Amino acid sequence: MTELLEMSVAEAATRIQAVELSREEYFEAWREAAAQDELNAYLWRAEDRAVESDGPLAGVPIAIKDLFCTEAIQTTAGSRILEGHRPLYTATAVRRLTEAGAEVLGKTNMDEFAMGSSNENSAYGPVRNPWDRERVPGGSSGGSAAVVAGSLAPCAIGTDTGGSIRQPAALCGVVGLKPTYGAISRYGMIAFASSLDQCGPLTRNVADAALLLAAMQGRDPCDSTSLGIEGGIKAPSREDLKGLRFAVPAELGGDTIEAGVRAVFEATLRRIEELGGEIAEAPLPHAEHGISAYYMIAPAEASSNLARYDGVRYGMRVEAEGDVIEMYEATRAAGFGDEVKRRIMLGTYALSSGYYEAYYGRAQRVRTKIAADFAAAFEDFDFVVTPTSPSVAFGLGEKTDDPLAMYMNDFFTVPMSLAGIPAISIPAGLAEPDGGGPRLPVGFQIAAPALAEQRLLDAAHALERAIGFDAKPGEGSGG
Amino acid sequence: MAELEAVIGLEIHVQLSTRTKMFCGCEPSFGDEPNVHTCPVCLAHPGVLPVPNEEAIRYALKIAAALECKVAPRSIFHRKNYFYPDNPKAYQISQYDLPLAVNGRLGGIRIHRAHLEEDAAKTIHLGESGRIHGSGASLVDFNRGGTPLVEIVTEPDLRGAAEAASWARLLRTTVRQLGVSDVNMEEGSLRVDANVSVRPAGTEALGTKTELKNMNSFRFLERGIGAELSRQRELIETGGSIVQETLHFHPEDGSLTPLRSKEEAHDYRYFPEPDLVPLVPTEAMLREARESLPELPEARLKRYRDELGVAEDAAAVLVADPETADYFERATDAAAGVEPRAIANWVTGELAAALRQEGGDGAAGSKVEPEALASLAALVQEKKISHGSGKQVLATLVAEGGDPAAIVEREGLAQISNSGELEAIVAAAVEANPEAAEQIRAGNQKAIGAIVGAVMKETKGRADGGEVNRLIKQTLGL
Repeated sequence: MTELLEMSVAEAATRIQAVELSREEYFEAWREAAAQDELNAYLWRAEDRAVESDGPLAGVPIAIKDLFCTEAIQTTAGSRILEGHRPLYTATAVRRLTEAGAEVLGKTNMDEFAMGSSNENSAYGPVRNPWDRERVPGGSSGGSAAVVAGSLAPCAIGTDTGGSIRQPAALCGVVGLKPTYGAISRYGMIAFASSLDQCGPLTRNVADAALLLAAMQGRDPCDSTSLGIEGGIKAPSREDLKGLRFAVPAELGGDTIEAGVRAVFEATLRRIEELGGEIAEAPLPHAEHGISAYYMIAPAEASSNLARYDGVRYGMRVEAEGDVIEMYEATRAAGFGDEVKRRIMLGTYALSSGYYEAYYGRAQRVRTKIAADFAAAFEDFDFVVTPTSPSVAFGLGEKTDDPLAMYMNDFFTVPMSLAGIPAISIPAGLAEPDGGGPRLPVGFQIAAPALAEQRLLDAAHALERAIGFDAKPGEGSGG
Repeated sequence: MAELEAVIGLEIHVQLSTRTKMFCGCEPSFGDEPNVHTCPVCLAHPGVLPVPNEEAIRYALKIAAALECKVAPRSIFHRKNYFYPDNPKAYQISQYDLPLAVNGRLGGIRIHRAHLEEDAAKTIHLGESGRIHGSGASLVDFNRGGTPLVEIVTEPDLRGAAEAASWARLLRTTVRQLGVSDVNMEEGSLRVDANVSVRPAGTEALGTKTELKNMNSFRFLERGIGAELSRQRELIETGGSIVQETLHFHPEDGSLTPLRSKEEAHDYRYFPEPDLVPLVPTEAMLREARESLPELPEARLKRYRDELGVAEDAAAVLVADPETADYFERATDAAAGVEPRAIANWVTGELAAALRQEGGDGAAGSKVEPEALASLAALVQEKKISHGSGKQVLATLVAEGGDPAAIVEREGLAQISNSGELEAIVAAAVEANPEAAEQIRAGNQKAIGAIVGAVMKETKGRADGGEVNRLIKQTLGL
């Protein structure tokens, strides 16, 4: 039983295809594991297996962030306003996974409409970090990170708008990949900020992430912005980093990084050099304005994307005295949480007549400059590397009253989102938080040029092997 | 005080007759049961994305080509944000600062821009005012929501209500000729709003304008603009000033009432639609749009008048309906020895009248084949049948179709060509009407009618009127 749960997805899929492992038995083992969720990580769990298909993921149970529409299965986006909403269709990413043989194990908890870095913005209660249940798992794909880290699912998918896959992956000690913008279709992924949103895998290792990406990526006629990755994605096999150049941003913002995180980051840089990789500083002068630009662009798009939740056609409705406009107001007042309301107001303001140029327009220009910085760096380097998050997992409630401190969690992940380039977070070690506490996972982020996912996965795979991260929640740590 | 000149610009919405909606696979419809042509995309369910309709883009490029517009090498879609139940996404996907086409011309009027967007759903607000505010309930039908529209905006080049209505008719005919829209004002597939202002004749600066909406026929368009021009002139001449506002036209009494400012005060928060990529028409698409253009009404009218010698009025009637014009051309091609001018008169005169009487469709949809009309015109021109018999044959053609020569044969309508036979009938008629004969001899030319009538009665209209007149006079020795 435990042995079944320890297998990687790649191994399980291979054994199922070789008929050495029964699909039913494997799925049942994971269904029982998922039933033990004490982290509030699942919002829905499968009772039965759905119709099975053959393919490279045959028999692989998968947890799906509740932002993806699943036909006839409740899809809430972590919001009260969509409580009980059963979509009429399934998102392309999920459909491609199930067509490749994967089986939906459950829908995972998340920050409401993917807005948050701690999962405390879910209307259905916070997810707890399996390493320390008094700490957050990160967000917004906190449920997806927690189920993989907590052995409640062998793999999961999430979405990343400014770091929502990579940051929770880092805080939970799992692998999280945000592919190039457009590599995976957004059709059926409930929109937060359309020009930034991207689906990606959260897994226990890099090879599993590659396997899921291979199944999901590709041009989709339902998404005009989808691209697909030419040549597809193969299993990563690289074992060294010879001849590869890694850039460390000159403007890393040293004062915001926890000492323990910095130590793990530096140790990982040395590991890269041991594998034959070269490390040098590169200027990314505009990256530090990423957070400011991001918190203009993302709320602006969100204010428009979330305007459709009006109580007319689906989801929650609060009847009001008077006309339909009053019904809208009552529904939205009761249906949205505080962070969502904050961002809708920010975004509405940023787009309003007379302010557009100063806010949204300027933010877009910063975005262009950040993309140009990366493009310049990639002329000399193969990758840009940073810590994924400035800190290890923080305590529940620690930052809920300070939105700005919360937003700074995305400092290292937002620039890649703005540039639309792929980035992966892999577990690089454990560290104590500043001020002491249990040793907790630290993520290492590697970013690559657009559509260079294969190169990124190959390098991450080599580094992962060298790091040999094998710590597990509950082994000598808190919680 | 100098005379106040009218300055009018039109904003036209043309609903495209594509097989599917602008951003989803639903069939657009008119008059079906409510909410049957919908899907998650046009109902704005969570997670959906728009996919542009290629056919709509091709149609829009045709319109742009017909209006001689410059097509933008790269245009983009924007979101126009507003809360209203006719708009399930709470934003309309439209084009804003980079429209599909700019700087065109039609019938001497400059086109400012033409862009693609999606139509709103249909709403009905229950309650006295018919407006959303204060309404107890609102009903919405999403069938129309998401139908492709091309919005065409003219420069303020029109100088009167009648000119505006007549130009709008030309635009309708032009778009209809392209086959990209039903352009029916009553059904809403053509909607025309007007921006109206006045200024002292001879000056350049524009006066304050008002925007007129809800004029759903050409007649109402003319009446609405006319009423607003009178109101503005009177106001200014009595020392008042115009307030910029939107006015709603009421077809029942022709009045105009302002929309409440609360319904107008929108900040649409336009921003580029992130779900769509820029629209970059290929050279092949542009060429196809240009090369697929049929002869447009302006050019057609000119050709009918100048090359075919058709009277201006008849030419205008013909080109107003492309199908009728095509019908006319087929009839002209089939007619040997009959002038196009005569065919045009048949189509716009006798045939149109006969069809109106039947309450049927236009010429093209009737049982009268264009070749049949051509041979009928030839029979009359060659005096094989009289004009009166011609009308009789036409009535038969309208009712049951067929070949005019066969109808003439069957009904015995051939003109009496044997002059001996006709001479005898005339002589008998003169003899039978001695009083009339006497009066004619005495110089009363009117009296000849009685004898002609008698001849026509005897011949059942098969005699040529001119020939009968000549024979009567010959018989009387005049």
